[in-house]
Amino acid sequence: MPQELPVIQTPRNGAPPSYFNFDEKLAAHGMELRAGAVETLQVNVGKLCNQACKHCHVDAGPARTEVMTRETAEQVIEAARRFRFRVLDITGGAPELNPSFRYLVTAARALGAHVMVRHNLTVMFEPGQDDLPEFFREHAVEVVSSLPYFLEQQTDAQRGRGVFQKSIEALRRLNAAGYGVEGSNFVLNLVYNPVGAFLPPAQSSIEADFKRELINRHNVSFNRLYTITNMPIKRFLDYLRRTGNEERYMRKLVEAFNPASVEGLMCRNLISVDWMGRLYDCDFNQMLELGVSPELPQTISELIPAQFAGRRVMTGPHCFGCTAGAGSSCGGAVVKN
Amino acid sequence: MAYYEEDDLRRFSEVGKHRPDLFEKFMAWYEACQEDGALSRREKALIGLAVAHALQCPYCIDAYSQACLEAGSNMEQMTEAIHMASALRGGAALIHGIQAHNSVNKVSM
Repeated sequence: MPQELPVIQTPRNGAPPSYFNFDEKLAAHGMELRAGAVETLQVNVGKLCNQACKHCHVDAGPARTEVMTRETAEQVIEAARRFRFRVLDITGGAPELNPSFRYLVTAARALGAHVMVRHNLTVMFEPGQDDLPEFFREHAVEVVSSLPYFLEQQTDAQRGRGVFQKSIEALRRLNAAGYGVEGSNFVLNLVYNPVGAFLPPAQSSIEADFKRELINRHNVSFNRLYTITNMPIKRFLDYLRRTGNEERYMRKLVEAFNPASVEGLMCRNLISVDWMGRLYDCDFNQMLELGVSPELPQTISELIPAQFAGRRVMTGPHCFGCTAGAGSSCGGAVVKN
Repeated sequence: MAYYEEDDLRRFSEVGKHRPDLFEKFMAWYEACQEDGALSRREKALIGLAVAHALQCPYCIDAYSQACLEAGSNMEQMTEAIHMASALRGGAALIHGIQAHNSVNKVSM
């Protein structure tokens, strides 16, 4: 059963009951949310992380014990072998802390998949992880790393004291390995999340700021910056409630609904797998335990992608986080500016 | 009745209740002013924040603080904008000291 949906169910201040109903909003625009072909298999290998960021929708941290087993990792690779997904997107927690992480990367690359790793930068300084830049390079992994701002104060406020300086050192090491530097094919993309209860700026505008400031202040470079909206789930939802910002933030998301973002939503070409091998329409639904539509297979070992093409995507009020403004996905803004 | 309720900002359109035609004209102009043009949205948001402080309008300060964050500005930049507004207000008061000098000089030997 899904957990209690962590956004307002009974709006206050006279808002109509359907105000936060995502499907009704789509219907009002003559739309419904159905998936296309599955191109990306996004694998969340568990909630273990060396950081405990304040906005984390996974509620990941050093004390978490939910970690994908080797057996499940092998089921993931078997599905990748059978169905030849174009992209394997590995996330967590800090996925590198999973004992099967390097197996997943190596096996997926051997199958010809494009492998992306959601790498938090600081995990590079954990025991046994100092060769990560070389490992990424050896397997031509696309690295996607969170850096909420180009200044220390904002970054540490969201991700913990000392994270900014460590992140800069990690970026230097990635640059030294050929990642994110001009003329290289090794891709290093950064992710901007707002440090608080507000929407991200225009992606192209803030990317230019990041590039200028990071090269001028720290002599580090990267390829693209993705802006991602904070989702009202788990730790960020706790923050919204604790600070009295929940309703205001939800209204902001609903009022910024952009129908042009729907076509490019990540759930339309992605299947998400959790640490136990269960299937979801996206990583956010995964954290809400809102599985794929009940008539579909529920686990990676049963997955047949053709059955998932055209499926009805499971939605909730949190989906307004992906359709606000320029939209938001694991690849940043959906509506390019 | 309390003055300056936070929720009143959301009720702004109610101001148009008795002359919606005038309010619609105002809103069309207001929204056109915010768009990217020769100045970027971010620059305009910082100008808005500065003017909001000069006017000391709590609704505008709230709205343009959020607009600045959502345009990618940081507190250092926003604080400089607020100082610009304050400096102008201070300077505008101070320059009137010349009026005082003129007044005093007119009647002094």
